[in-house]
Amino acid sequence: MKGLSWNRVVAVFIKEFKQLTRDRITYAMMLAIPVIQLTLFGYAINTEPRHLPTAVLIQEDSRYARSITAALKNSLYFDFVAQARSPAELDRLLRNGEAQFAVTIPGDFSRRVARGDRAQILVEADATDPSATGGAVAALATLPGQALRRDLTGAMAARGQTPAPFEVVVHRRYNPEAITAYNIVPGLLGIILSLTLVMMTALSVTREIERGTMESLLSTPVEPLEVMIGKLAPYVLVGLVQTVIILLMAATLFEVPMGGGWIGLSAGIGLFITGSLALGFLISTVARSQLQAMQMSFFYILPSILLSGFMFPFRGMPAWAQWIGEVIPVTHFLRVVRGSLLKGQDLGDQWRELSALTAFVLVVTAVAMARYRRTLD
Amino acid sequence: MTLAIDVHGLNKTFGDKHVVNDVTIQVEQGRICGFLGPNGSGKTTTLRMLCGLLTPDSGSGEALGYDIIRDADEVKRRTGYMTQKFSLYEDLTIAENLQFTARVYGLDRRRERVDAALERLGLTSRRGQLAGTLSGGWKQRLALATATLHEPKLLLLDEPTAGVDPKARRTFWDEIHALAAEGLTVLVSTHYMDEAERCHEIAYISYGRLIARGTANEVIAQSGLITFRGEGPNADKLAHALAAAPGVETAAAFGAAIHVSGTERTALETAIQPYREGHRWNEGAPTLEDVFIQLMGRSEDNIQ
Repeated sequence: MKGLSWNRVVAVFIKEFKQLTRDRITYAMMLAIPVIQLTLFGYAINTEPRHLPTAVLIQEDSRYARSITAALKNSLYFDFVAQARSPAELDRLLRNGEAQFAVTIPGDFSRRVARGDRAQILVEADATDPSATGGAVAALATLPGQALRRDLTGAMAARGQTPAPFEVVVHRRYNPEAITAYNIVPGLLGIILSLTLVMMTALSVTREIERGTMESLLSTPVEPLEVMIGKLAPYVLVGLVQTVIILLMAATLFEVPMGGGWIGLSAGIGLFITGSLALGFLISTVARSQLQAMQMSFFYILPSILLSGFMFPFRGMPAWAQWIGEVIPVTHFLRVVRGSLLKGQDLGDQWRELSALTAFVLVVTAVAMARYRRTLD
Repeated sequence: MTLAIDVHGLNKTFGDKHVVNDVTIQVEQGRICGFLGPNGSGKTTTLRMLCGLLTPDSGSGEALGYDIIRDADEVKRRTGYMTQKFSLYEDLTIAENLQFTARVYGLDRRRERVDAALERLGLTSRRGQLAGTLSGGWKQRLALATATLHEPKLLLLDEPTAGVDPKARRTFWDEIHALAAEGLTVLVSTHYMDEAERCHEIAYISYGRLIARGTANEVIAQSGLITFRGEGPNADKLAHALAAAPGVETAAAFGAAIHVSGTERTALETAIQPYREGHRWNEGAPTLEDVFIQLMGRSEDNIQ
């Protein structure tokens, strides 16, 4: 190696640094990304969610039942959001995702406690995301020893001693063995589709602008909608092929249950692919170079991974972060995919998520079309 | 006489820069009009307004009988535009680029037209080659073939031969003349004087204003420029001293000779007087280049 000249190193260093600061978006991204992301994700992510929505079916309105619900609430893990009138309704609340837990206090509960006859309450957990329910389930262990302590006085005091006056039966629904892959693999469908589709389309239009071919294209009679449809259609195919590959691998390699809900799932996939492509197209109308398009895509992908419920439990996040999460299409898509495959949701369970995805597609397409310029103005 | 281009008072502003200022231009059908002017003078912007790529802030006019703003689509359909930068798809083959254009314009007999274009270009045997691998001259010829595939009536060329070798440039211009002979109107921007001389007429634009118009000879005559040509030992070294002399608008070395130009004969003669000795001086016709350099200098004065 010949002698290293510090002057030359410094020359290159200064040039590089000046170029770096001259691209304003890159500059802003370098400084804003750490700040935004640190505050966003640092405060938002919590792997031990509390205050989980819980539905309850009380088949016996007794002092004991009230004490048990009060104890559950006091644990801070459970927030009662609905009182079901029948086992079927309770089941529906758990399946459509309104409740994370379903608690059943059976009709003969008080009598069995009084008789010391293996009184039970049933807690069903939506275990599609095992990490979301873990803490709450663990907290249930102390419930029998404590919940009825104040109620069991006098002649009944002996019932409060060991063994506990009742037991909690926990059913982990939809993913009884708490297999993480069941949750992650369907979620990956949403992440992989976003990664490839948003970025590919964002780049495909900026590439034309950067290479100068857009100028030629605009000088022909081709219409904006024609460009958009023609450019996006190949990526719809890419998205569908990716979907089939991921679902096949999910079924064969990871043995993810294919619970059905095919109509909702197909609708969800169609809407999500369209929405991702429209978003990519929108980015390309804002970005002035492929580098910027790439950076903007990342700016979208990161919250999609972290705030959508893909990686960390959605319900563990504070309310403001959940609001951000609700705006991200991946959030709704994940609920559709997991709901269909693991919970066998039907359209009735999914209409909310599907409407959210539809709204996203419509808004983003409209904005993208409005921003696309037929001229170079 | 039919006008292929007939636009009045075109204006375009980007931010606080008045890029095109009240440009009025007419070009007769079948003519090749050279569009000249220094860099950043508004040539590209004018061309883009003519083919609907940019909307003028004010002004109006027709191209091929269609309103350039209201009927931009009709104009686009009948106009071929070749951008300054090579703007075909480098990752598509020669034939694929032509096929794409044919489809976008909704042409009939696509295969036939593409084959014919390849034949004319002499690229039939290389039709499967990627356009990005062509040399500069070939790229320009392919771009021209693409821009004329839909048989436009008007051709707008933006510095089509920048960076192309002289032989390829000559071939390119032969093709342009052949097209004009078939009735096509061509507006072509260029910096090359030899190309300007191959145009039927020229338009000179500077700082967004059209300041000279006519055939090459007319533009030279209008300039009122007188040029003395000096030859002798080290004549070319005199340029600097002469340029500063009063009455001299331009003084430039051409090889071993020097061209001194100005509009006042007596002032010019006074200026060269000290250098009569040892140099041969005679009055020559000013070249187009002399005229343009004078025009450039003048319009700068106007702006400041």
